[in-house]
Amino acid sequence: MKYLRMMLVLLTVVLLGNTIVLADVPKPVIPKGNAEECVLPKEEMRVDHMNYILHQRDETMHRGIRTKKFSLKGCIDCHTVKDDAGKIVSYKDKKHFCNSCHTYAAVNIDCFECHASTPTAKGTISSTGGKK
Amino acid sequence: MSKPGSETSKISRRKFLGTGITVAGMSVAPGVSLINVAEARPLDQPVSSKQRWGILVDANKCSKGCTSCVDACFTENGLNRGDEQHSRPGQKAQWIRKIDLRDKSTGHEVSLPLFCQHCEHPPCTDVCPTGASFKRKDGLVLVDKHICIGCRYCMMACPYKARSFIHEELTHQFEYAPRGKGTVEGCTLCVHRVDQGRNPACVDACNAAGHKAMYFGDLKDSNSEVSKQLKMHSSKAIRADLELNPGIRYRGI
Repeated sequence: MKYLRMMLVLLTVVLLGNTIVLADVPKPVIPKGNAEECVLPKEEMRVDHMNYILHQRDETMHRGIRTKKFSLKGCIDCHTVKDDAGKIVSYKDKKHFCNSCHTYAAVNIDCFECHASTPTAKGTISSTGGKK
Repeated sequence: MSKPGSETSKISRRKFLGTGITVAGMSVAPGVSLINVAEARPLDQPVSSKQRWGILVDANKCSKGCTSCVDACFTENGLNRGDEQHSRPGQKAQWIRKIDLRDKSTGHEVSLPLFCQHCEHPPCTDVCPTGASFKRKDGLVLVDKHICIGCRYCMMACPYKARSFIHEELTHQFEYAPRGKGTVEGCTLCVHRVDQGRNPACVDACNAAGHKAMYFGDLKDSNSEVSKQLKMHSSKAIRADLELNPGIRYRGI
């Protein structure tokens, strides 16, 4: 009985603690993109962006379709966030556009283990060759 | 190289009807199913099997000691940027290698670039357990790193040692060439350039260096420079005995 009561007290403390912590987590501040509006209404993008990107991923990889609307490159080019020094931050920074929400939602994404999380600087692309 | 006649007698019906350019270029009258496709495909159009990209390497023009193509590949695709700190030289990613060959009996030396041969029947796709290794309709053999589990079966299956495994975390990849730890990668024939109607970086670099030893183009288009060159002189597929029908062919070996 004593044991049970102790458990109950402990549980209450843990639950209470959790509520306090939850209340302290600030709502994510989502940085605005560089364009006037997104490729779709933001409500739609917030819910479905992963599906659009996933679909586009397979279309590009396997069928060579390179439309710009749902390309990850498009997201990265538009949703840039700068740090205090004025440098565009990468996914490693908490301020990165994707991080702003994904940290809050505790959703880990693998995209940027391979993909560039900042726009490739102009002039570095294909430095080796010119047009055909 | 065997005589054209003897090669013809060996081919199967399927190969004859298919895209067996090995033989078609020599003994079958050209002009069969040769559809001209505009160079730069519209962005929203999928690739089609009406094209097959390939390269003819003229080893006679390839200069020993020149590594323009290798360097260009590194620069273009962001390889060898100092990320792979703990990997041995043999482990580091390399998509194109220069090979020097010497005929022991005559002493004749030849130098050539070896990279993914973009086979018609790629062994890497046969062994891939997830479907990550695949052949695009236009003949490019690629790795879908989204579904690659890094098992490296393809590296073992490839007779050309064309693929590399990434052992370490990478940073600063280019947006058009995503690469990452735990996946296998290899020459994409600069797919991002090809889709824009441009040459692969190695070909442009070889031209810029003045060697002009590589011809890139559509093997199914009889008017493309590569097809014309293949028709004009004999060329070889490396390890033709494996009957993989590579899209990369060599002259002067």
